[in-house]
Amino acid sequence: MFRRLWTDDLPTTIFFDGRAVRCRPGDSVAAALLAAGVERFRTTPVSGAARIPYCMIGNCFDCLVEIDGQADRQACLVPVAEGMQVRSQSGTGRFDTI
Amino acid sequence: MTATDAIVIGGGIHGCCTAINLALRGMRPIVLEKNTVGRHASGVNAGGVRQLMRHTAEVPLSIAAMDKWERLDDLLGPELAKNCEFIGGVGQIGIAESEAEMEWCRARVAEMRSLGYEFEEVIDAAELRRLVPAAADICRGGIISRRDGHANPFRTTQSFRSRAEQLGVRVMERTRVTGLEKGDGGWTVATDNGAFKADVVVNCGGAWAWQVAAMVGEHFPKTHFASTLMVTSRMPHFIDPVVIGIDRVLSFKQTEAGTVVIGGGILGDPDLDAETADTVADRMVVSAQTVYEFFPILRRATIVRSWAGLEALMPDVIPVIGPSRVAPNLWHAFGFSGHGFQLGPIVGSVIADLVADGKCAIPIAAFSPTRFTLDGKLPSPAH
Amino acid sequence: MTDATRPNCELAIVGGGPAGMAAAALAAELGVETVLFDEQPTPGGQVYRNIEANSRTRDALRDILGADYAKGLALAEHFRSSGAVYEPLSAVWQVSAGGKLGVSQNGKAYLTKARRVILATGAMERPFPIPGWTLPGVMGAGAAQTLMKASGVVPDRPTIVAGSGPLAYLVAFQLMKAGTPLNGIIDTSEKSVFGAGLAAIPLLSGFAGDLFKGLSWIAALRKMRVPILKGRKLAAEGVSRVEAVSFESGGRRQRLPASILLLHEGVIPNNQITASLRCKHVWDMAQMAWRPHTDEWGATSLDLVAVAGDGAGIGGSRAAVHRGRLAALDAACRLGRISRGERDERARPERRALQREAPFRTFLDRIYRPAEAVRRPLEDTVVCRCEEVTAGELRALVGEGFTDINQLKSFSRCGMGQCQGRMCGSTVAGILAESLATDMESVGYYRLRLPVKPLPVALLAELGNADSGSRPSLQVVEGDPSQRI
Repeated sequence: MFRRLWTDDLPTTIFFDGRAVRCRPGDSVAAALLAAGVERFRTTPVSGAARIPYCMIGNCFDCLVEIDGQADRQACLVPVAEGMQVRSQSGTGRFDTI
Repeated sequence: MTATDAIVIGGGIHGCCTAINLALRGMRPIVLEKNTVGRHASGVNAGGVRQLMRHTAEVPLSIAAMDKWERLDDLLGPELAKNCEFIGGVGQIGIAESEAEMEWCRARVAEMRSLGYEFEEVIDAAELRRLVPAAADICRGGIISRRDGHANPFRTTQSFRSRAEQLGVRVMERTRVTGLEKGDGGWTVATDNGAFKADVVVNCGGAWAWQVAAMVGEHFPKTHFASTLMVTSRMPHFIDPVVIGIDRVLSFKQTEAGTVVIGGGILGDPDLDAETADTVADRMVVSAQTVYEFFPILRRATIVRSWAGLEALMPDVIPVIGPSRVAPNLWHAFGFSGHGFQLGPIVGSVIADLVADGKCAIPIAAFSPTRFTLDGKLPSPAH
Repeated sequence: MTDATRPNCELAIVGGGPAGMAAAALAAELGVETVLFDEQPTPGGQVYRNIEANSRTRDALRDILGADYAKGLALAEHFRSSGAVYEPLSAVWQVSAGGKLGVSQNGKAYLTKARRVILATGAMERPFPIPGWTLPGVMGAGAAQTLMKASGVVPDRPTIVAGSGPLAYLVAFQLMKAGTPLNGIIDTSEKSVFGAGLAAIPLLSGFAGDLFKGLSWIAALRKMRVPILKGRKLAAEGVSRVEAVSFESGGRRQRLPASILLLHEGVIPNNQITASLRCKHVWDMAQMAWRPHTDEWGATSLDLVAVAGDGAGIGGSRAAVHRGRLAALDAACRLGRISRGERDERARPERRALQREAPFRTFLDRIYRPAEAVRRPLEDTVVCRCEEVTAGELRALVGEGFTDINQLKSFSRCGMGQCQGRMCGSTVAGILAESLATDMESVGYYRLRLPVKPLPVALLAELGNADSGSRPSLQVVEGDPSQRI
């Protein structure tokens, strides 16, 4: 759905639901996931519908994911860091982390 | 000038319930609400339906209220009753984390037994863990009232309003009472939305009830407060009972939507004139710490909103229910001091009994306006 | 980043866009101890997002983004060298009327008390609720631009831009240059740049350049055979993601396939903090948006708080710089660094520059009225994205007698979700105003309280600099838990 204008240097690796995602320092988690083809960041607690980012600037909260064990992080506002563990959120979340 | 037999001032749960009960007795009450129905304490409280750890004077009223909660269908009809989102029988638990608190629980239960009340029990750590698996190890047990539960306060108050309207009650929102005068033909109630005449006036004005009383020269404590609640995002279902602290600042429940509502008397900053309140982050810290210690799984929950509701506070933390000291056919029901929601289905019925028969079956002497001096002070108890 | 949990600061600025950077730079130069809290990792705001890195490298991206974007570098450099402290990646989750900010940064939360606060929180894209706008693949046009600026990430599947306003065409033009396959532009504006907008042309002497730029984007898109269609009653269609957009055009329903649908209906002030502060707000009829009431210095109805830039009403990035400087001058004056005379003297060139900007803004407001769907979403449109409440459900509640926006919120849960009403507040207010046949000012807005950004319990439990002397709760009768409130 999205592509990077440059793929020359992607020195950072984060993990999304266990899958390695190559990205660049300075990327937001949201940008890294979209560039890697992720089409479901979370599902909503009401209807279970899939969501990906809508606004990319911290207003819509559709990009919420779990990052390093903390649920409800705004992926569009968190910069990637080497080895970061990102998990999609489903509905109301789960209890081994929240 | 609109003439009717009864005017109820205040569109909270007690005002709406009073209107229902007056209508059931064949009267045609009008409810005058300065904002919108359920705008303040009735609509924004924590929704606890609690008999647990009540002031002993309130217990008979509270038990009668619980009977009503359990039969909301009778009062409201099935659809409106369902809208209240009342969940009963899950219990409210006061959690003890020290031997001193456990000791207090035992003494409390003994005192209640001596008064003939059986609904509170001491529970040990194992029973607490069975009922609340998420409780941390520091929780040693506590005190429970198994009949208790919770409801959605805003929806409940709206259901009471809708029921009143079904019974022919007029609920007038954005109608602010500006004057109250007794004439030969009964009461004249001046508002910013026209004048009303009625035989009977019931003052259910919440944090502003003292202002209504002052219009006829009757004085009550002017104290009010704003109780803060904070709420998390929706979470997986993990707890059924409502949990409160004994010495700790905590009240804690998971709603139907999955959000967790955290409170327990954290003070907000009330602004009575602006008719709102602000919440104060500094004071919410202790609550967050308590939640964190009692329920470690909530460490990573996120707080998405907070609010504070304005409520009247009596120095002895029990309400004012009874006839005016200065004028006939004026009745008061306010001052619930932050725990009036559970009494919502009963107080209106008590008031209707008083209005119609001059007496009621439930003991309410402790709530009499006469406990205050004429200038609105509560005399110190004799030692 | 210095002392990350400072208990006090003299001037706190929230937001690192043009207004915030300009305000911070000038205030610091006037000797005010200034701290700028920015949610982003680097200065620039959204308009100059990632300007520093993109200026050093990425020539191709600079070419796509154009000369106007490049102008942001000077602002960022000026800010960096001004002596103002920069706190990146800092979420401000409360501002109190007393000037106390709640900040989360790097897994910690703390309070800091400022003697003056300038909010430079900028703008956000106006929520454009159409059926299907919650489907994956539907985003704001500005969101696509942010992805491009921040990470050089662009759509590479068939994309449609729909809506109105200069940014819609700019983003389409930039994406085209970046190689995104554009399936079309659906223009929802009710007036034409070439029609009713002409009435504003006499106001526009001095803005031929801006006007020309806009027209050149359209010409370039046409040259590349990107279809530009008038359309209304848009709907995003698809099952698990957007597959097409349907709309009414020329009296009939049309459908264009799209893997990405970028919506844009202009921008509105990001007023979450001023609303939570209970600042006085006004409904701006021309811009169809709420904005805090401000004086000529950006000062709000509260003593300690000012707003600069688009957060005080949309004026654009050039105006934001001058508005930021005016707020900084007033702050420096109130904090005793400059006299009123000096403040007024220094303000003159800023005001002249703002006056020059005003006519073009009037022109834009006039021709780019938001689409009908913004004011009157179709019945089955999800209005509150978080709690998934539809326009029809809200109208039904109004029909049942609810007359207040906060009643709708309490009953339906609209506005109660994670976004705290950002994405639905103006729409819900509009639905209520229309249903009651009243104006927006009578309807008002959601009551907002802290935190204006979600706050983990653990961070609140370990809140830095909290006033521990502050009585936390009411203990009416000491030692008797049954005498409780």
